Amino acid sequence: MADSQDHEHNKMQLKGVMGWVEYRLPWVNLLNNAVGTNYPTPRNLNYWWNFGSLAGLALVIEILTGVVLNMHYVPTAEGAFASVERIMRDVNFGWLIRYVHANGASVFFAVIYLHMFRSFYYGSYKNPRELVWWLGLIIFFLMIITAFTGYVLPWGQMSFWAATVITNLASAVPVVGTDIVQWLWGDFSVGGSLLGRFNSLHYALPVAIVGVAVIHMWALHEHRSNNPLGIEVKGPQDTLPFHPYFTAKDLVGVGVFLLVLAGLVFYAPNILGEPDNYVPANPLQTPNHIVPEWYLLPFYAILRAVPDKLGGVIAMGGSIIILFAVPWLDTSKVRSAKFRPIYKQFFWLFVIDTLILGVVGANAPEGNWIIIGQLATFYYFFHFIVILPVLGWIESPKPLPDSISTSVLGDKKSPEPAE
Amino acid sequence: MDETDSRRNFLYIATGAFATVGGGLAAWPLIHQMNPAADVLALASTEVDLSPLAPGQSITVKWRGKPVFIRHRTPEEIELAQAADPDDLKDFQPDSERVQNPEWLIMVGVCTHLGCIPLGQKDTDAKGDWNGWFCPCHGSHYDTSGRIRKGPAPENLQIPEYVFLDETTVKIG
Repeated sequence: MADSQDHEHNKMQLKGVMGWVEYRLPWVNLLNNAVGTNYPTPRNLNYWWNFGSLAGLALVIEILTGVVLNMHYVPTAEGAFASVERIMRDVNFGWLIRYVHANGASVFFAVIYLHMFRSFYYGSYKNPRELVWWLGLIIFFLMIITAFTGYVLPWGQMSFWAATVITNLASAVPVVGTDIVQWLWGDFSVGGSLLGRFNSLHYALPVAIVGVAVIHMWALHEHRSNNPLGIEVKGPQDTLPFHPYFTAKDLVGVGVFLLVLAGLVFYAPNILGEPDNYVPANPLQTPNHIVPEWYLLPFYAILRAVPDKLGGVIAMGGSIIILFAVPWLDTSKVRSAKFRPIYKQFFWLFVIDTLILGVVGANAPEGNWIIIGQLATFYYFFHFIVILPVLGWIESPKPLPDSISTSVLGDKKSPEPAE
Repeated sequence: MDETDSRRNFLYIATGAFATVGGGLAAWPLIHQMNPAADVLALASTEVDLSPLAPGQSITVKWRGKPVFIRHRTPEEIELAQAADPDDLKDFQPDSERVQNPEWLIMVGVCTHLGCIPLGQKDTDAKGDWNGWFCPCHGSHYDTSGRIRKGPAPENLQIPEYVFLDETTVKIG
């Protein structure tokens, strides 16, 4: 009963058709609790908290452009490359939609990486938000598979050989490796059969991403956003309503995001792509240098750092799986790096390490790149397995402020809770 | 009480077991549909006319979507292949096990590392340190018998099933 009274209490009074609908399907109420005036948000959130909403926007852009591209795309080995060229040359605004889709994927990954580094810096994955972190990682994993399957669809040389090399990783599995690879291919080689199923998965997995994203936000709304101080909200003086304060702040981020995306699309639409992918797939000739898209380069570097086929596959998988353990590997009770002077420096070392891995992944595995890649891979795991737990034990954090409001507003007593 | 408990447990376990087995059986068509289909399996052999190939020449034919390297080896290449020191071979196989007729080396031209196509079919290609084939992706060297000598590939280039239908015609697959 109390529940239904609360329900009535929080409900907006709506009249007419809106009221009729609201009585039966309280969608205004739902939005109001999710992103409206009834969602209290820490008042000190900075711009690093923009990337969640930007990821949502990127997902919407990818789905919209993807649905219309699929109206013109032909998922067969014979037709795929030509249909993509037709989209670029003949379909009305096809070039624009495809460039937005391809560069949108890059920007989506950039946003997600910034979102994840935000969590690393401010300890957002810590108790009680471990499952928010896990759900985010599941989305990240689904994004990798979706992006990889999408990269194969234009059926250019890079598409074909990326598909060949990555599906061949499964052949590293002892005994049944070859059977697994032929099962993935539906053939004895990479061909139209693989292309068809990749097209299907590339369309289906984003639906799963939407589903997991909803659960991600559901879990987020239970304990609400972390904040730059990493301390708990203690009362209404520490928060502002999400709308209009953070809807407005998010819109500033949306403006910057769209500028970046438009800049890529209109001024450098192919800068992040590989020219080889404008050469039709040729099963009888391998390009001299096979590279994935930039956002997967660090993982590719880890794959190649281990001189053993199976070992490389395990290391690459492990580099993502280990992220699930981070809430427990990081033993510090203090969330924000603001109050962790030593961790703050190791955070930046880790950022540099992932950038180095990216550069290594872009270069052919020869000479010094091999040893640099191995050192950077070692450090990647060392950061999580050794540095994170040990720092939590030995570091003495700076004193935490009493509350968000005293930290933000100084000595001013009990600020007006804004409406 | 005990009796009804165990009766109920039995029913739970039996129902659960049936649901599990049923679920597994229902999943199998969804999994097996991804394996090579009947029409793919039906296209599994290729016939090749070898008469235009002089010693020292190679051709690449497509079999099951993959390149097959056919090389009419020169006497020097055959000698090199047969003289290989077994201790040097990572995946030991004498040359005689890899050919039916030493003049004709027939193998799948797919690197056993991650599936790239090795160079070496053309005279102008890099042939690697053993004068056979060289994979540019990750640097595997194969000898004149297609055996792995150096680099990350774990195995020799694969030999497909084939039969000579007459002196100059071979059926692969």
